[in-house]
Amino acid sequence: MKMLMMMRNETVIISSPHMHAATSINRVMTQVVYALIPGILLSAWFFGAGVLIQCLLAVFFVLGVEALMLYLREKPLRLFLFDGSAVVTALLFALCLSPYTPVWVNFTGICFAIIVAKHLYGGIGHNMFNPAMAGYVFILLCFPVYQTSWSLPSGADELQATLLQTLSIIFTGPSSIENFDILSGATTLAWTKSQLSGMFMITEIRNSPLFGSFAGKGTEWIAVAWLFGGIWLLAQRIIKWQMPVYFIGTIFLFSLLFYWYDSDIYLAPVATLFTGGIMLAAFFIITDPVTASTTPRGRIIYVTGIGLLVYVIRTWSAYPDGVAFAVLLMNAAVPLIDNYTRPRVFGEMKHG
Amino acid sequence: MTRELHPFPGGLQIPPHKELSNAKKSLITPLPDSIILPLQQHIGTPAVPLVKSGDKVLKGQLIARANGYVSVPLHASTSGKIIDIGNYTVPDPLGLKAPCIVIEPDGDDVWFEIKPTHDYTSIEPQALQDVIREAGIAGLGGAGFPAHVKLREGTESAVDTLIINAVECEPFISCDDRLIREKPGYVINGARMIRHAIQAKHCVIALEADMPEAYAALKELIDDDIELIQLPAKYPQGGERQLILALTGKEVPSGGLPIHMGIVMHNAATAAAAFRAVTRGEPLISRYITVSGEVNDPRNLQVLLGTPVKHCADQCGYEEKEGQVIILGGPMMGMFVNNMHMPVIKTTNCVLVTSTYNQSPEMPCIRCGQCVDVCPAELLPQQLYWHAHAKNYDRLRKYHLFDCIECGCCSYVCPSNIQLVQYYRKAKRQITQDERTRLSADHARERFMSRNQRLAREEQSHHNDLLAESDIDEKDKQAFIQAAVERTRTKRAQLSNHENANDDEK
Repeated sequence: MKMLMMMRNETVIISSPHMHAATSINRVMTQVVYALIPGILLSAWFFGAGVLIQCLLAVFFVLGVEALMLYLREKPLRLFLFDGSAVVTALLFALCLSPYTPVWVNFTGICFAIIVAKHLYGGIGHNMFNPAMAGYVFILLCFPVYQTSWSLPSGADELQATLLQTLSIIFTGPSSIENFDILSGATTLAWTKSQLSGMFMITEIRNSPLFGSFAGKGTEWIAVAWLFGGIWLLAQRIIKWQMPVYFIGTIFLFSLLFYWYDSDIYLAPVATLFTGGIMLAAFFIITDPVTASTTPRGRIIYVTGIGLLVYVIRTWSAYPDGVAFAVLLMNAAVPLIDNYTRPRVFGEMKHG
Repeated sequence: MTRELHPFPGGLQIPPHKELSNAKKSLITPLPDSIILPLQQHIGTPAVPLVKSGDKVLKGQLIARANGYVSVPLHASTSGKIIDIGNYTVPDPLGLKAPCIVIEPDGDDVWFEIKPTHDYTSIEPQALQDVIREAGIAGLGGAGFPAHVKLREGTESAVDTLIINAVECEPFISCDDRLIREKPGYVINGARMIRHAIQAKHCVIALEADMPEAYAALKELIDDDIELIQLPAKYPQGGERQLILALTGKEVPSGGLPIHMGIVMHNAATAAAAFRAVTRGEPLISRYITVSGEVNDPRNLQVLLGTPVKHCADQCGYEEKEGQVIILGGPMMGMFVNNMHMPVIKTTNCVLVTSTYNQSPEMPCIRCGQCVDVCPAELLPQQLYWHAHAKNYDRLRKYHLFDCIECGCCSYVCPSNIQLVQYYRKAKRQITQDERTRLSADHARERFMSRNQRLAREEQSHHNDLLAESDIDEKDKQAFIQAAVERTRTKRAQLSNHENANDDEK
């Protein structure tokens, strides 16, 4: 498949255009990874080395599994393995995980993401569901207990695990550490959810050490890092502004409406946006082109749908955050959305 | 008078590379060893040769006549001897050969009798169109549509605006730029003359902002009768529909023609050639071309039609190097050719030598939608790609494949480096071919049906004749006729059943 050539009359035909912009899948994916780096580092700062270990493990596993699948599918290994898409999948998956997730859970999630969600659907470009989200939802449903205990944000009252303790938890399980209960806790969102069901009010809940200056402790600044990474991607024209804007706008609008309705049981819009995975989703997950709608109007419907579902799942379901479920649900709606949002063609008459 | 401009959707900013060739004065190319003139240098039916091998011809002499309405005649580019009429390599993406008249120049370059008309306003518009047609003028912008056809459409319906297209949006090409700088009068008077020929109310000359010298040259000679518009550079602004939208804010309907909106567009070089043909009596035998890219002295040339491409490249210091390819036309829409043996024809605007052509491997589509953003026809290139891949031709029509102008913007920005335009071309070809096959099958079936009916009629009349001859009495005759009619009826019923069954099978 070197160049698109057609042999006819022993003549090589190369089709116009003969010029090409300096762009490739590899370049796009590399820039996405660059944009993720500040947020990853900040996550590690707040939640410990576990974040970095999960990322490294996921990348390591993803390269192995991707190589295996490419080999089995008889695809050119070098060309596809280093297109960068698998690494992005691995990082997004790892960033969803609790920093204390056991190594085998990480591995299982990557296997599901790459083997089932990506390659069984036909590999890059053909997968219907976001592989990182599919992998995460898979382990969330199969091994929910490991996603309930997180490392605590630095600055909260409790202790931080040392590197050795973190390694021990990841590689030999939580029971290998005596004081695991002291070193771990719920996420801000999970804690809020449990407190709300215990009839506490938001004003009381917000006094908890799990809350920072305007949203979840730690996650607020990490969310700011995702925001900046995302703005850089926008400037690089890797992602389209409509997607984060409509997504964030939808969630902002709904959280605002409910906050006005009853500020005792609904989080304020800013706290909603900067806690949990919304900012990461806005710039890095819902913008995954392969699984998003492809028409300009369709993309808006797609991200608005995700925003709506995220808010609904977060607020009224048993799960503290809903990004992964919302993305997968809207992924499934994409073919339908695409079909009904074909734009008007240049010179096309209204009824013709 | 200022005109409100309307940017067309999509499009690209591409590095123009015009500075390579547009600063130098054009060179008149010396006579080559042979002149190869393809009978088809335009859209439509090929011309029919009027000369035979061995004939002596003079410069500008008619050597092939137009065949039908959408066709133009062909003239000898120089004086000399016809040495062959046969198949030679022509500018063609498949590298095919086509019928050509080959002239061996005698070196004297003697003109045939020419009939200049100094005042074109004295000629009736209709007659003017005929003069332009006799001069073999086809669109010099690249498509090669016979100029008189557009003029005739112009007189048949009221024309509001004549647009002279001097927007050279393809990178590297600067032949119109050079032509305007060196012969601004030809372009302006050509515009006036065409305006007279189609009786257009308004006339606009449009060029891009990166041609300030050409703009100044035109500005100096222009009066209030012609609007001169500078547009911000954007590819593919030179496309007919894009330029009309940019200038008028109106979209040419999908499947419609500019003339339906009272607009006629001609290329600047075409206007100049038409003016030359009328006022100097010189038919279209030469043109400006750009030779650019990896040659030692990239520049513009004034070339006699039929001059081998290699001869032109040699004038610009071309040295063959490993890994280079030759592109006729620009890098966005031009055609790749394997050699330089073919001649310069009426539609050749550029010879580009390059080794940096796109040859990265094609990856799967990641549905990023960059192609949607740049498509000037507002299509969904990736959907077209999938449906072309799946050979889903009904869907392709629904997604307006035939509104694609093959500008190449989608392929240019594709991060997966998919040769989208190539897929569209193939699909268009296939659909057109299928359509033709279907039509001819329909014809065949109609013929078959009418034959059967004719045979049935003949048989019946034969029967009637037999009955008339027999001596059976009237009553029995009636019964016989009735029986015959019944038979025919059942036969017809069977036939139509058969036909229905055929339809069902489809």
